[in-house]
Amino acid sequence: MATTASILPLTLRDLTFAAGGREIIQGVSARIEAGPATILLGANGAGKSVLMRLMHGLLAPSAGEVSWNAQAPARARRGQAMVFQRPVMLRRSALANIVYALELAHVPAAEREAQAMAALREVGLADIAHRPARVLSGGEQQRLALARAWALHPEVLFLDEPTANLDPGATREIENVIKAFDASGTKIVMSTHNLGQARRLGDEVLFIHQGRLVEQAPVERFFKQPASAEAATFVKGELPWV
Amino acid sequence: MNTLGEALHGALGLMASGDATLGGIVALSLAVSLSAVLLATLLGLPLGAAIAVGRFRGRRALIVLLNALMGLPPVVVGLLVYLLLSRAGPLGELGLLFTPPAMVIAQTVLVLPIIAALCRQSVEDAWVEYEEQLRSLGADGMRAALTLVWDIRFSLVTAVLAGLGRALAEVGAVIIVGGNIDGVTRVMTTTIALETSKGDLPLALSLGFILISLVILLNAAAHLIKEAAQRRYG
Repeated sequence: MATTASILPLTLRDLTFAAGGREIIQGVSARIEAGPATILLGANGAGKSVLMRLMHGLLAPSAGEVSWNAQAPARARRGQAMVFQRPVMLRRSALANIVYALELAHVPAAEREAQAMAALREVGLADIAHRPARVLSGGEQQRLALARAWALHPEVLFLDEPTANLDPGATREIENVIKAFDASGTKIVMSTHNLGQARRLGDEVLFIHQGRLVEQAPVERFFKQPASAEAATFVKGELPWV
Repeated sequence: MNTLGEALHGALGLMASGDATLGGIVALSLAVSLSAVLLATLLGLPLGAAIAVGRFRGRRALIVLLNALMGLPPVVVGLLVYLLLSRAGPLGELGLLFTPPAMVIAQTVLVLPIIAALCRQSVEDAWVEYEEQLRSLGADGMRAALTLVWDIRFSLVTAVLAGLGRALAEVGAVIIVGGNIDGVTRVMTTTIALETSKGDLPLALSLGFILISLVILLNAAAHLIKEAAQRRYG
């Protein structure tokens, strides 16, 4: 059956994105396979977030191509979910926020609430299901964003610096949920500038520097013997800003 | 000063006595303006939201036009609706001219651009925050627009109130299409205009009091609801 075909691998061909006369992403080509958790690593402003938005289809490339497994093009859209740096919640309860996402995903009405509750339990938010989402703490809102993604059962989950605004405790909770996603077989594609987080959660690293993909390597190798001078500087903690 | 004093005295007397004519005029005013605002809200919010979220040719020109229409002169709206509804006009067969429904139509036309333009601005501001998340979830176009309208519903109260203020306060449109017929199409503003020119200051003044009090009361109620809701939903 066509629906069992994976939407992966994701292939980027000479991907370029320009805005305001500046090329933010320049000629990125890569193949992202099912399986390993992929980390987009790079300094602030390197172009990680833009690259992720190109992958997820929120931005259209100026040149080049983003393509999902050709066997399942129609499913590609529905097979993805994204969690943003700053979670955007609707002015309704935590539960209703997930139910809304399930409605958009054409889940039958009768099943939505149960599925939403299950997702909330997964991230430990079942007891605040009926609280308005917008008055939750930053960490809770981000966990709710993860629950919303969880409920959609995506094949690929994009995470754009999901813990950048959170304290260490909340960060740990978010990382645990991301690990659970990974363990359940969801393909993780996460951007971060945090080396420790990249090591904790990643299996493979795409190192982005000034809009270019400098290196794609397994985490172990990337940190032990980075192949490029830029990556070596970055790993040593000397942020190459410009 | 003496005239004002006498008028005040008379006005208080009229209001205290629960004068039936006065009551009828106030009731008709509220019925006409609230109906017009309800219609304009039902049409204006989706319209404003669609323009906010949509990307189409001529969008900027439409926004400029919509903003300009907020300042539509009521007498001009009255005149246009009069021409539409007059016996020789395209809608003349409906026989609506000089009836309350004609006044509702005129005020709806007057208020619609206000509600739509203010809604467009609010939704567009919210769209900046929500766009990526909603598109990621698969909500595009009208679906996203209506989600936004519902989500910022408490801010939109202000747009609706602006429309209501306009409807309750205008004279020009209702006097042309309503005709200010005693007991049929006479509302607060048209009565104030008429009675002042006739010299019946107590009636005019008491209507003025009631009009201003009503507007303040409605705004206060809406403001309290908005505040409570924002505390609750963030």
